[in-house]
Amino acid sequence: MDGLDTLKAKYLTAAANATGEAALEEVRLAALGKKGEISALMATLGKMDPETRKTAGVSLNALKDEIDAALRAKKAALADAALDERLRSEWLDVTLPGRPRRMGTIHPVSQVMEELTAIFGDMGFAVAEGPQVESDWYNFDALNIPPEHPARQEHDTFFMHRAPGDNRPPHVLRTHTSPVQIRAMAEQGAPIRVIAPGRVYRMDMDQTHTPMFHQVEGLAIDRDISMANLKWTLEEFCRAFFEVPSVELRFRASHFPFTEPSAEVDIRCSWEGGQLKIGQGDKWMEILGSGMVHPKVLAAAGVDPTQWQGFAFGMGIDRIAMLKYGIPDLRAFFESDLRWLRHYGFAALDMPNLPGGLSR
Amino acid sequence: MKFTLSWLKDHLETSAPLDDILYALTDLGLEVEEVVDPAARLASFTLAKVLHAEPHPDADRLRVCRVLTDEGEKQIVCGAPNARAGITVVLCKPGDYVPGIDVTLGVGKIRGVESHGMMASERELELSDEHNGIIELPSGEVGERFVDWLAANRPGTVDPMIHIKITPNRPDALGVRGLARDLAARGLGVLKPLVIEPVAGAFPSPIAVQIDDALKVNGCPHFAGRVIRGVKNGPSPDWLQARLKAIGLRPISALVDITNFFTFALNRPLHVFDADKVTGGVLRIHPAAGGEELLALDGKTYALRAGQMAISDATGVESLAGIMGGEHSGCTEGTVNVFLESAFWDPITVASTGRALKINSDARYRFERGVDPAFTLPGLELATQMVLDLCGGEASAVVQDGAAPDVTRAYRLDPARVISLVGMDIPEAEQRATLVALGFTLNGDMATPPTWRPDVLGEADLVEEVARVASLTKLQGKPLKRAVPGVPRPILTPMQMREKAARRTIAALGYNECVTYSFIDQTAATLFGGGQDAVRVDNPISSEMTHLRPDLLPGLLRAAARNQARGFMDLALAEIGPAFHGGEPGEQHLQATGLLVGASAPRDPHGSRRPVDVFDVKADVEAVLAALGAPAKVQVGRKLAAWWHPGRSGTLGLGPNVMATFGEVHPRVLAAMEVKGPAVAFTVLVGNVPQPKVKTPLRAALTISDLQAVDRDFAFVVDKGVEVLTAVNAAQGADKALIESVRVFDQFTGEKAEAQMGAGKKSIALTVRLQPVDKTLTEADIEVVSKKIVEKVTKATGGTLRG
Repeated sequence: MDGLDTLKAKYLTAAANATGEAALEEVRLAALGKKGEISALMATLGKMDPETRKTAGVSLNALKDEIDAALRAKKAALADAALDERLRSEWLDVTLPGRPRRMGTIHPVSQVMEELTAIFGDMGFAVAEGPQVESDWYNFDALNIPPEHPARQEHDTFFMHRAPGDNRPPHVLRTHTSPVQIRAMAEQGAPIRVIAPGRVYRMDMDQTHTPMFHQVEGLAIDRDISMANLKWTLEEFCRAFFEVPSVELRFRASHFPFTEPSAEVDIRCSWEGGQLKIGQGDKWMEILGSGMVHPKVLAAAGVDPTQWQGFAFGMGIDRIAMLKYGIPDLRAFFESDLRWLRHYGFAALDMPNLPGGLSR
Repeated sequence: MKFTLSWLKDHLETSAPLDDILYALTDLGLEVEEVVDPAARLASFTLAKVLHAEPHPDADRLRVCRVLTDEGEKQIVCGAPNARAGITVVLCKPGDYVPGIDVTLGVGKIRGVESHGMMASERELELSDEHNGIIELPSGEVGERFVDWLAANRPGTVDPMIHIKITPNRPDALGVRGLARDLAARGLGVLKPLVIEPVAGAFPSPIAVQIDDALKVNGCPHFAGRVIRGVKNGPSPDWLQARLKAIGLRPISALVDITNFFTFALNRPLHVFDADKVTGGVLRIHPAAGGEELLALDGKTYALRAGQMAISDATGVESLAGIMGGEHSGCTEGTVNVFLESAFWDPITVASTGRALKINSDARYRFERGVDPAFTLPGLELATQMVLDLCGGEASAVVQDGAAPDVTRAYRLDPARVISLVGMDIPEAEQRATLVALGFTLNGDMATPPTWRPDVLGEADLVEEVARVASLTKLQGKPLKRAVPGVPRPILTPMQMREKAARRTIAALGYNECVTYSFIDQTAATLFGGGQDAVRVDNPISSEMTHLRPDLLPGLLRAAARNQARGFMDLALAEIGPAFHGGEPGEQHLQATGLLVGASAPRDPHGSRRPVDVFDVKADVEAVLAALGAPAKVQVGRKLAAWWHPGRSGTLGLGPNVMATFGEVHPRVLAAMEVKGPAVAFTVLVGNVPQPKVKTPLRAALTISDLQAVDRDFAFVVDKGVEVLTAVNAAQGADKALIESVRVFDQFTGEKAEAQMGAGKKSIALTVRLQPVDKTLTEADIEVVSKKIVEKVTKATGGTLRG
């Protein structure tokens, strides 16, 4: 069988020396193809006697397998080499920028409104809404502010035009969200718990005032709700909203025509190096007005003041947004400067919720 | 309301420190806004004594003094001519800040001689303009604090001025006495009695008073006065001048200063006429006929409208009743005979006249909030006495018309309800004591408010009085029970959920949410279908904010223009908010608007940049509608408002109900709004998106087939005006069971296309996906459907299958 060894050496050498896939295929065909040298030898097996065939068959098959394996290995090696060669040519500058994608933002006012909803929703407050052009009855009279009351003048009201011959008092752009109290109570009766966030309007424009801003009204009416409940509710709200371990509120007697008793509410804070810290320090900052709903207001909304009582509060949304997020200038809220929107805005998926905390 | 501590102490017997008083005022609802304590800037100065003074060796005008201080003997160089041995002086030491010269002292060397501080003049300490020499005190011990010496000897100079904010319900607190009463009720001292001794009239008043019947019920219920003759009207005494100056009033003359004093001390505004300038012997209070003019004490001339209240003599109007007197009959240094007026004016009448004439005065401010109607005569008596004391003279009998209105009323004090409302355990006895201290009269459980409290109009007001005196600072929070136990229920309405979904989706699509003003300028409003009188603000704050916005786009376009002016040319701005289709309450609707301006992306190596176009906003508006739960299949319309490009915009709707518009902003509008294009936008009318009839979390069952789907492509040549949706719908209708979807995958238009396919033609290419349900499709099956598709599409579009 020396012939087999010679064959083996011949084809293994040929396979090893093949320079490309085509040359390798030629070697394969010469050895193992239908008309190949080894295939020809295999064909002779049939003519041998059984004993000889047995030994020759084993040798031949072994030879065939060995050459086949060598051919495959060489093929794989060639493919690897070819791929390596290709990869070498496929280098890209991956420091180039990715394809641009616009990132949208949510305005801080919208974000804070959702934060308010998350907190008060958990305490069972629904969200009520009302028109922004309001009749003077809802904006003033129903809230115990009669026409000549000095408090009316303090509201810096925008009045809507009245057509000649239309003798109704002019409508106003609501000066506060309080008229929503009346509408919500008139619609749902008592007991009721609602907040009413939204746009309000006052004729005032300077460093710290804009003719439009946002307020949230809170209202809770039941059989036995007290001012102490109001204080707790506001404390819980402030703690959750400002995301601090604890807050301290101070109620200061004040006057609003639609609540009695009325209180302005201060929050303990510190101002150090221009940085506001809520819940600590020795300063007090006024953050909202509140009180027990005036019996006349309940009555105006069709709720019997001898049976029901409760609290109301009103707070500036833009203002608490400024305090919480350190936004310096109210006027910028409404200027739509792209840089401001990107800097102070929130991602679309930053959805305020209580389990995860309100802000990231 | 401004007052000084010593003025307060005229009415309040107290030893409480200033800080306690300030805290109590704020806590009582009388918010302290400002305190000016002149003692604060003089606090470091002490008294010293000059032991020896000799001329400076190198300066003729300077002296070198040896001064005994609380820290021993010091050498001080002084330039004052009166610096001499034996006098008691005010010492400023090195390190002290001297307010009058705005200098912090150091140890100095003056012409070679060391000086350890200075001896101050009055001007250097801002006590007066006196600067002829250093202060020489007639008394005082070395080391004594100068402020203590001033408090004992010249209290007016170190009297703290307190400025408090008075809420509109507390006219009584516009007088120092009212504040004293509140503080006494809080327990900070005792209210001193106010003794009123009527002054007997020595002669009948030569001036009579008469209220027109028209005003007796409503306008001027009570008018009183008297003549005081033979007065000498010079400057008022120092103490009075000091008081008025401390609260920012300019002393004028004794008579005028007295009226100001009563305004602030007792909330009793008065007026003084020069009796010799009143002609006809009668002062008549009457409604103006209209057109009368008065030169008022503020130097301005006012024309009265018919019905406004005036006080006139025989020659005409002499005073704007309750608001401001007239120049002609005003008192001067030469006044000898004075008519002193004390009246009760109706708050509403004074308020409306004052507002109409745009006059603000201390009198108007008080009368419109309500002064004590029972104090008209007592006030007159007290003021008469003061005039006699300060100016001499002789008082006539009082003349008056009308009478103090009876304001007696009583409300029930329910101590249990007070506790229930406030949530604080205030014992009944304390509640009653508070009301009594505030001047209420208790009869059983009925409380009659004092005449000076017009704001107390019901039981709730009693609660407020009790609560604020008890101190709301002491209120402890108590948990508010959950309205419904357990996991909180959803609270948002479907519309609120939609607003949120629209906002979040739009932000996710890459838009920056803006909040722009609800009012815009008329030009912009008119471009967007608004600008009518019904939505006009009568008193706009600027010409850019005159009309309620009819649409959100103008605000966003203005925002885009502002950003472009700052160099930001590519913008994606959005707003979700109200637009106003009328001026009645409720004539507003929610819009969600997006605006793309400029290019889709910055220049980059991938060639991403291209101008934004209508199909960008179409994709976005479809995403927003999907997020709002709008049906997938909507109709595209072309009935467009005027601010959209007529050929490059469309509406999305269901029948006549338009849910949204998208497209290019009309080039003319864009130019008017000064935005550099291209600009494409969408507006979703959130309320027009139909809401599902039943809300259920259930999804429809998913049916999917295991059989292979087949895609077949078709190209048609059609007239270039044919809308591709016609072809898509026709193809879809060819076999509703088998055709799963039809997509447009190509379009070939323009000159080259027309060269190939004929003038006015274009080609559109559709891919149709067939999804067999029960058996695999054969070529024959596919052939049948294909034929039908071609038939339907060619029929619907008038086109042909492209060969």
